[in-house]
Amino acid sequence: MLSKTIKLGFSLLVASVILAGCASTGTPAGGTESTDNNTGNSGAESSGTNNGGATGTGGQSGGESSVDLGTVFYFDFDQSTLTAATRALLTAHAADLKTYPRNIRLEGHADERGTREYNIALGERRANAVRDYLRSEGVTTPIEVISFGEEKPVNSGGFEAAWSLNRRVELR
Amino acid sequence: MKSLFTLFFVYLSLAYSVSVRAELVIPIVEGVDNPTVIGVSPFGYSGAQALPENIASIVSADLKRSGQFKTIASSDMLSFPNQQQDVVYRDWRLLGSEYLVIGNMVATPTGYSANYSLYDVVSQRIILNNFKVNVGRDGLRQMAHHISDKVYEAITGIRGVFSTQIVYVKQTPQRQYQLILADMDGAREQVLLRSKEPLLSPSWSPDGKYIAYVSFETSRAAIFMQELATGKRRQLTNFQGLNSAPSWSPDGKTLALVLSKDGNPEIYTLNIASGRFTRITNHFGIDTEPKWSNDGKAVMFTSNRGGKPQIYQITLSNKRVERLTFDGDYNAKPQPTPDGKGIVMVHRFDGVFHIAVQDIATGNIRVLTRTALDESPSIAPNGAILLYATKENKRGILAGVSLDAGIKYKLPAKSGDVREPAWSPFLTKR
Repeated sequence: MLSKTIKLGFSLLVASVILAGCASTGTPAGGTESTDNNTGNSGAESSGTNNGGATGTGGQSGGESSVDLGTVFYFDFDQSTLTAATRALLTAHAADLKTYPRNIRLEGHADERGTREYNIALGERRANAVRDYLRSEGVTTPIEVISFGEEKPVNSGGFEAAWSLNRRVELR
Repeated sequence: MKSLFTLFFVYLSLAYSVSVRAELVIPIVEGVDNPTVIGVSPFGYSGAQALPENIASIVSADLKRSGQFKTIASSDMLSFPNQQQDVVYRDWRLLGSEYLVIGNMVATPTGYSANYSLYDVVSQRIILNNFKVNVGRDGLRQMAHHISDKVYEAITGIRGVFSTQIVYVKQTPQRQYQLILADMDGAREQVLLRSKEPLLSPSWSPDGKYIAYVSFETSRAAIFMQELATGKRRQLTNFQGLNSAPSWSPDGKTLALVLSKDGNPEIYTLNIASGRFTRITNHFGIDTEPKWSNDGKAVMFTSNRGGKPQIYQITLSNKRVERLTFDGDYNAKPQPTPDGKGIVMVHRFDGVFHIAVQDIATGNIRVLTRTALDESPSIAPNGAILLYATKENKRGILAGVSLDAGIKYKLPAKSGDVREPAWSPFLTKR
């Protein structure tokens, strides 16, 4: 029950961050028309995520007992395999999603090393791995996958401590 | 060779907002060991008002930044000739100058006109005799770059790229993404697009009129093309999954790009006129970062189908795939050199990401950069130099390196984080 409440609070935080980042694309210089055609099907879930790290710290499993709250899953460099801890976490999420079905969005990310487009592909691969695991656990509700590659780090520190936080999938 | 060369620049002046008047200081990290010494004498001008740009100093800065020249400061010059009869070779020999550029400017009803000459001081002969260039009122920097191109080519035998432009992505301190067009020296920046969501992978059409790029403005990745002259945009893709890495074919009719709509990142071609997509790779690994071979018959790309990212090439006619890189455990983002003899790429060496060039015939890899986290190499159309993105004090900057690694420089960015440089093709006729 407590975890649900915290989760709701967390969702609100995410929602407010999304709203903050949701303003339309500015009109470009030189008369360029702004085609801000936000596709309507996923409403408030679309567009801006934060760069500020609010979600990144939320998912850190640093001795936190309520592991079922973790919505961020971490990966090794150039890898998209799920760790045992992530699989356990996803099993709990799957149970939750089956009990309380909702549409989710998985955002894949990479650290800054390597090329940007390869990292976009890698981020998608990571998000797909999470999606496939949820599916294998019986989740049937819609799952949207999007990859930002290295474009949205939660920590721009520039060393392994930061990189390890940036190689992630966020469940929203 | 008594030639009179007239060039009318296309008047793009409406599109250009000249925001940077002051000379940019471009730190040269490394130049050639024995640079050619050249003096560019201040150009003569008898107009009523002072010129908004100093042509001689821009030409001087261009040549110096190429790393192949050492220039003579005007304060050291013994004379300021701007006519043939005023040239005293001894004045320049004393300064160790091997070449001398002189010129004269006049105002015209629509802008400016310049006559310029290049002298070989050592053999006391004229190389470019009284060449002429005309520009509009806002065209002084283009005029200077044009003169630099001619001087550079006359001395080195390599076509100059000072008149070319670059496109890159900037993230402002307010976290806005901007697609920027600038001269190759970073001057005259203009914003082509602003977005709150990521922009990446700008690619020039071979005629220099369009840019294709990836924008996340629709909440997911989509590929757009934008006409530079009008700012008009067209969304080319809107598929589920990746819409990535557009690359224009040499004939300008087709884009190679990456889609993962069928489950995996695969290379496709898009016929721009018909809108028809054709899938050209088929592998469960990551296939991305396509780049056309110079003849347009094959596409190079990055793939981890062998376990680690390496560079492959697919021949379009028979779909035969060939692996091109074997040295190292991370080779990505290929681009063929204009002479077709090498592949420039991102190469991890000792755990650090550098820009490298692989000789196609021998397979030898040469690391060109000494910075770290290097990515997005983009070769100048003359094949002599490339720009890439790197980090300095955790900030994204652009840097240049010659393909023989002898010349290194940084492009200054006044603010924000810059990345993803794309060097234009040649934009003016010879």
